[in-house]
Amino acid sequence: MTALLEAADLVRVYEVQRGLLAKPAFVRAVDGVSLAVSAGETLGIVGESGSGKSTLGRVLLGIDPAAGGQVLFSGKPMPARGTPEWRKLRAQMQLVFQDPLAALDRRLPIAEQIGEPLIIHGLVAKADVKDRVSELMAAVGLRRDQAERYPHELSGGQRQRVVIARALATEPKLLVCDEPVSALDVSIQAQVVNLLRDLQDRHGLAMVFISHDLKVVRNIADRVAVMYLGRIVEEASSEDIFVKPLHPYTQALVSSVPVPGRRLKSRIILQGEPPNPAKRPSGCAFHPRCPMAQPPCRTSIPALRTLESKRAAACLLLDRSEVPLVT
Amino acid sequence: MSFVKMRDLRVAFDGTQVLHGIDLDVAKGEAVGLVGESGCGKSVTWLAALGLLPGKARVTGSVTLEGQELCGASRAALERVRGGRIAMIFQDPSSSLNPVVRVGRQITEALRIHRALEGDTARNEAIRLMDMVGIPDARGRFNTYPHEFSGGQCQRLMIAMALAGEPDLLIADEPTTALDATIQAQILDLLGTVRDETGMAMVFISHDLGAVSHICERICVMYAGRIVEEGPVQLLFDDPHHPYTRGLFDAIPRLDGGRGRLVPIHGTVPDPKNLPQGCTFSPRCPRATGFCRDNLPLLNPQPDGRQLSCIHPVPVYGQRPQVLDCRGSAAA
Amino acid sequence: MLSFVLSRLLRAFITVLLVMTFAFCVLRLSGDPAQILLGPDAPQEAIDAFRERWGLNDPILVQYWAYLRSLLSLDFGMSMRDKSPALQLVLERIPTTLQLTVPALILKIGIGIPAGVYAALHRESVADRGVIMLAVLGFTMPSFVIGLLLVLIFSVTLGWLPSGGQDGWIHGILPTLTMSIGGVGILARFSRSAMIEVLGQPYIRAASAKGVSWRDVVWKHALPNASVPIVTIVGFMIGSLIAGAVVVETIFAWPGIGRLLVVSVANRDLAVVQCLLLVIAGTMVLANLAVDILYGWLDPRLSRKSGVH
Repeated sequence: MTALLEAADLVRVYEVQRGLLAKPAFVRAVDGVSLAVSAGETLGIVGESGSGKSTLGRVLLGIDPAAGGQVLFSGKPMPARGTPEWRKLRAQMQLVFQDPLAALDRRLPIAEQIGEPLIIHGLVAKADVKDRVSELMAAVGLRRDQAERYPHELSGGQRQRVVIARALATEPKLLVCDEPVSALDVSIQAQVVNLLRDLQDRHGLAMVFISHDLKVVRNIADRVAVMYLGRIVEEASSEDIFVKPLHPYTQALVSSVPVPGRRLKSRIILQGEPPNPAKRPSGCAFHPRCPMAQPPCRTSIPALRTLESKRAAACLLLDRSEVPLVT
Repeated sequence: MSFVKMRDLRVAFDGTQVLHGIDLDVAKGEAVGLVGESGCGKSVTWLAALGLLPGKARVTGSVTLEGQELCGASRAALERVRGGRIAMIFQDPSSSLNPVVRVGRQITEALRIHRALEGDTARNEAIRLMDMVGIPDARGRFNTYPHEFSGGQCQRLMIAMALAGEPDLLIADEPTTALDATIQAQILDLLGTVRDETGMAMVFISHDLGAVSHICERICVMYAGRIVEEGPVQLLFDDPHHPYTRGLFDAIPRLDGGRGRLVPIHGTVPDPKNLPQGCTFSPRCPRATGFCRDNLPLLNPQPDGRQLSCIHPVPVYGQRPQVLDCRGSAAA
Repeated sequence: MLSFVLSRLLRAFITVLLVMTFAFCVLRLSGDPAQILLGPDAPQEAIDAFRERWGLNDPILVQYWAYLRSLLSLDFGMSMRDKSPALQLVLERIPTTLQLTVPALILKIGIGIPAGVYAALHRESVADRGVIMLAVLGFTMPSFVIGLLLVLIFSVTLGWLPSGGQDGWIHGILPTLTMSIGGVGILARFSRSAMIEVLGQPYIRAASAKGVSWRDVVWKHALPNASVPIVTIVGFMIGSLIAGAVVVETIFAWPGIGRLLVVSVANRDLAVVQCLLLVIAGTMVLANLAVDILYGWLDPRLSRKSGVH
């Protein structure tokens, strides 16, 4: 099976100026991430603040330059950012992010904004733009009479629908969604999650769904990668990872989600906070908070290895004789 | 006797009614959850009770604290209640601490007001509180500023500050919403511990039904400025009667469930300026009839101990799927 | 902190140097001092001698270089008009100007900030609307209009106060008032909006929820936060203490820095103008520096940020 999107060993480095005379510090926001997404598949990426999940999304699309590694789209390397080839490719891969009000132009009616990519990429004849916009609006559940509304006249859920409609205008093959439902109320959140699932079924979209909300990821993703401090620490199918998490961090993360109607007694409460990416702990980055850390965890960085069929984790305690994960 | 008793609490901003008569009792030592979507009035209820709403808000009705009327009470009387009898913590911990005042001083300020502690006594007590809420190196960080703390630690500081006045009731307004998952778990755990140790009552305001049920014994579900269903946690979760409560449960994806399609609630929360006729939930309700659209149901006690405001409640809730204990099999 | 102060000092030095260079060039390109000082009827020899004496025949770069060298030895040159050291002329006038500007500054701060804070605390009341209206009126009216109005009312019509001159404090009242009105308006507006913004912050509500009395919420929690933007404006006002008020001093015939500047420019008295600008630019820049340092003290977040960048 060839993947639609393949990333190998991606690295994204930020430079942080620490003072007038001090040497700048380098922060590895994404630190050697490899992943693959097939057509029609959804990869969920979960992690806490500072895990690098949003940066990863931007690097995947080529919006942020990678300091290392490469991204293949349909088997071909991603063209350099800003080139005409890249812009053309970007029509096939769209980004949807958390704050729809920031993503939309408040001075333009929504129909115009949905039609904009059609005109920019010259996808349909001028005369047909209006029909195509109506089609897109219907596809995301917006009413025809809302076409001339402005973003501030719509609710949060409706705005996110506009953003999704605009992203779909170019008939992309890949949608990268960065916390697309986090700002929405639960009842509306379900509407948007269902919409994304329907669109995926209908168009065979591949999706990278970045979120801190494990419950939503559980519902929408086929496979899930858990990130901690710039690295993937565990990757498995949505079933496996939430029912039987292997990495101690994933276990803590899964157990931190309160289940409605239940007083949880045996929750794993991690000590401390996610570390600052600028001050990466030695060895396994998770070891200062890990309830099971052993002396070797302090010194050696565990690699992401396949453990069972189709799942992988990066933890020394899980390392046995398995073969390294091939990406 | 109830510790706090609200009767027909109403709030209007610039003539727009946002709270339509809340009746709510909180007993000593009990934990009550207030859930609902944004704009349902769950925070406004308690801000109004404590007189913390901006001046343009019109508050009517009655809120009594062990018989003392708070609604329309003098500023001085309210200031004695705030922090001393009823403390409150907020959603955004980082911006709830004054950025230009050292954290230690923000805690000793409360100690001075409510417990008349000064100088070294206050300082030591503040450090004890910081320790208690889990601030590492409390002594060393007494003189630092809020921006030197992470969001989770800021919420711990807010809790320390709330505890400083030894209140009988803590209002926690979305205390974990802005925090990371593992930090949320820490703060929920801390709130539980604090409650066990102090025996204070707690009102937990949240849109996160999971978090609420982790802390509370009783839950009020609010919609468009009214309580629509109220009862013990287990009763409401196992067998919600109001279609809105039921809708909220169905809309939330579950970690322990499958990947089935979510069941959203259709439409959106109504605009308070333009509330629908009759039951305010009727336009979104799958069970609504013409009667619902014309008549506003009242919140009535039910035989099983809950209160419900619905004419056509959800009859029987199907058996919930068996919960898998995902921790039992975790690699250790 | 040290590197922060050092970098700011360096920047201040560059600013002053740029001002000096600009003034030097403009003054030399805008007319011949010899012609102006000696009058249109002066004989050519006198003009040539004057030029030779003041080095005005040298190429401009040579003049500039000489000027910089003399500055380094703290020599600010001689006035072409009355042949005394320029610095001495300038320094003599500073107290006279401060007699107006310091009381004016006290009025601006003493009336403007309390009025603004009061308005913010009583938002949308009659008092608030009154403060906004007066403030806008205050800083939109040019100072010569205010000055003339005051003279018209208090000197001409009522005959209570002298309209000009400098014989005792009673002469200072009208110019001080004239000078302060605009600043009062600006400070009132700024304090009001700064205070309104701060009062809307979550930590104000949190402080109230803690049981802090309203008075302490305002004084201990809101004002220190609102002071950051207010300090910016006050710092600017302190910076212009010496620059004083060219217009006001001219209207009220007050022999301060402003008058000296006007006279010296008219006469192309190069050294005096340059010395004046140096002193004015220097105080402005120092006041700015003081404000920057004060920021760090008022808002710990800023001191950290400015330390980082």
